[in-house]
Amino acid sequence: MNLTGNLTRRHFISLTGAAAVAWEHVLSGAPEGSPNYKLTEHWWGMLIDITKCIGCGNCVRACAQENDVPEGYFRTWVEHYHVDDWHIENPKVESPDGGKHGFPVVAENAGKDFFVPKMCNHCADSPCTQVCPVGATFVTPDGVVLIDEKYCLGCRYCVQACPYGCRFIHPTRHTAQKCTLCYHRITKGLTTACCEACPTGARQLADLKNPQDPIHQFLKTHSVQVLKPHLATGAKAFYNGLDGSVR
Amino acid sequence: MKDAGHLFRLAGVFLVAVLAFLGLRALFVPRSFGEYGHYRGDAITDIAALPIVYAGHQTCETCHTEILEEKSKGKHAGVACEACHGPQAKHADDPGSIQPPKPDAAVLCAQCHEASAAKPSWFPQVATADHSGSLICTTCHRAHSPSLGSPAKPGGQP
Amino acid sequence: MHPVPIEGFMYPNEVELQWSVLIVLYPFLTGLVAGAFILASLERVFRVAAVKPTYRLALLTALSFLLVAPLPLQLHLGHPERSLEMYLTPHRSSAMAMFGFVYLWYLMVVLLLEIWLDYRRDIVMLSQSEVGWKRWIYRALTLGSTNISERALRIDDRVGWMVTVIGIPSAFLLHGYVGFIFGSVKANPWWSSPLMPIVFLFSAMVSGIAAVMLLYMVITWFRKQEIDMRCLDTVARYLFFAFIIDFSLEMLDLIQRIYEADESFRSLDFMVHTRLWMSQVVIQIMLGTVTPIAILLLMQVLKPSETVRKAVYALAGMLTLIGIFAMRWNVVIGGQLFSKSFLGYTTYKMGFATREGSLTAILLTLLPFGILWVLVKLLPPFDKGSIPGIPATQGD
Repeated sequence: MNLTGNLTRRHFISLTGAAAVAWEHVLSGAPEGSPNYKLTEHWWGMLIDITKCIGCGNCVRACAQENDVPEGYFRTWVEHYHVDDWHIENPKVESPDGGKHGFPVVAENAGKDFFVPKMCNHCADSPCTQVCPVGATFVTPDGVVLIDEKYCLGCRYCVQACPYGCRFIHPTRHTAQKCTLCYHRITKGLTTACCEACPTGARQLADLKNPQDPIHQFLKTHSVQVLKPHLATGAKAFYNGLDGSVR
Repeated sequence: MKDAGHLFRLAGVFLVAVLAFLGLRALFVPRSFGEYGHYRGDAITDIAALPIVYAGHQTCETCHTEILEEKSKGKHAGVACEACHGPQAKHADDPGSIQPPKPDAAVLCAQCHEASAAKPSWFPQVATADHSGSLICTTCHRAHSPSLGSPAKPGGQP
Repeated sequence: MHPVPIEGFMYPNEVELQWSVLIVLYPFLTGLVAGAFILASLERVFRVAAVKPTYRLALLTALSFLLVAPLPLQLHLGHPERSLEMYLTPHRSSAMAMFGFVYLWYLMVVLLLEIWLDYRRDIVMLSQSEVGWKRWIYRALTLGSTNISERALRIDDRVGWMVTVIGIPSAFLLHGYVGFIFGSVKANPWWSSPLMPIVFLFSAMVSGIAAVMLLYMVITWFRKQEIDMRCLDTVARYLFFAFIIDFSLEMLDLIQRIYEADESFRSLDFMVHTRLWMSQVVIQIMLGTVTPIAILLLMQVLKPSETVRKAVYALAGMLTLIGIFAMRWNVVIGGQLFSKSFLGYTTYKMGFATREGSLTAILLTLLPFGILWVLVKLLPPFDKGSIPGIPATQGD
């Protein structure tokens, strides 16, 4: 532990102005939102780099802890794909407990193996928000699809409408749940829990309204894809290095 | 028209029902509904106020500057503190009374570095059984800066 | 989460089914409503006089089922106490939200209004002849007006006719909408189809007509009266025609799917051949559609004796109802058995005495008959000899 002389931690932090504001909110988990955050200045997305994912499962565990995700349900998960030869239409896929505890070792073989992290795609033309009968799920002005747990009826129509399987019903609260893009973190200048925990930078938050955002830059200069583009969901989880076998 | 009296009564019942419905609306629709769109505007603030569990590496680095310096020189420079140490917002809030447990190198390192054909080839990975037998990884590698150039500390300290 | 046996790969959150047997029951019940109403309107609007004896019974049947229809939905919701939100803040892009209003419209403006107008004369007379608490019920139903003069009744008849005319497209909307709730989900290739509302609608008509036909036979037998064979033959004929259309539509959907063989086809095909073999191929198609069509056709062509026809109609009616229930099952449950990755399948574990279990479904299916019994006592649908002292109603 490194403390300079008699300077207490709080004094040290107060020297760094804006950081101090953020830190106060971070540590206290205080119910007021960050005063500097403007909804209209952001449009959130995510970059998932398949070439970097090692299937360690850190993201799944981190998400579960950050968001109190119930056992057996997943706000994010990792899939392991195995493709024989050129048969991208017939991959073998597994996701043991969502990849929460990593994956069994794969022996050297003649095919292709890789990991694919999955999550809510925070679709701009979200089919799940379209079908919600009461307005309990919605796209925020800053591009995040959220669920209002105080308003949700638990009718499960949104779960049916999501093409990516990212929603579930909380077993005791009986409302819909899914990845919130760690909204409570990103509105305070932090990154998502899954991005924080990812050791290789395979998952990185992107602010698509910020031209200086390096991830936004990456999207402009690399070949990226989204899942199920034929469904025209306006998905904002972009994949670098996505194989044609991925569903 | 007198003979249609019953229909007017029915229309009256219907009108009462409509008024009751409008009354229910005024009573039960939340105030902030419709603020940004077809949803409860307060939901955004509710969700933004959820508790933080992972402090974020910038927070760790404000205090643990020595470790940050060592880490930034090695291969784990891009690995956030909590990726190995787990969520520490509670510790950052009260460092004196809440001490994070030391990660178990026997289990932790292999989670990422155990060799598997599914992991990308650029990623450093070994078959731990062949590589180090029963020795814990920190016998030779320092966790915060793992390259073999820097000498390992005694007792497997990070 | 209880372990469910899965085959192949499913997205982790897909393993547990979202919509249970109660959601199978719901379109089955609303289908009976729409079908019963269409049968009633055959007489009122299209002047098919032969089916007159079933007119009032069809309306009461429709009402009984319509009143029960929201119950499986309420039992299914995670928060039924919030269901009023669907009326207070309906999301206009959601088929489910808009359906709430279609239901309400149909219940209030079509069904209740038509029943009230048709029965008003009886209600007024019963409010004067009955005693005790029953008298108060009838008095309330009169809305305070006791005018049953010739002119008033003629106005009722005219307005009632207009309500039925509006009612026919409303009934189509009621059940077509349920089809649209499924058919508009692009995420699910088993459901997503423009044919879905039409298939649902015609299968609704088939089930509704079959239900009223069976009820008419059963109630007449209970009352120890003669079955009007001209009526029964006509109803059976309409059942047959509706079935032909329904079957053609379903076959069209099937043939198109097999021919086009898009990315979902192999997965769905495998599912039909394995997990849905019994419920779809055997029960829905063979027993529930082909058999009733065949035996009804035989009745049209051979025209055997009355006894034979009655037995065959009864059999056809029962097989039809089982087949249409199976169709709802295959759509709702079938649509959730396969993974949206098209790489795997899960299993539906239906409880028994649970909130969404089979016992609940059985009780909810029986409840409308209980309500119908009460309604038949309150608003007798048959004229001759049912209400002492009251002459036959208009148009008899």
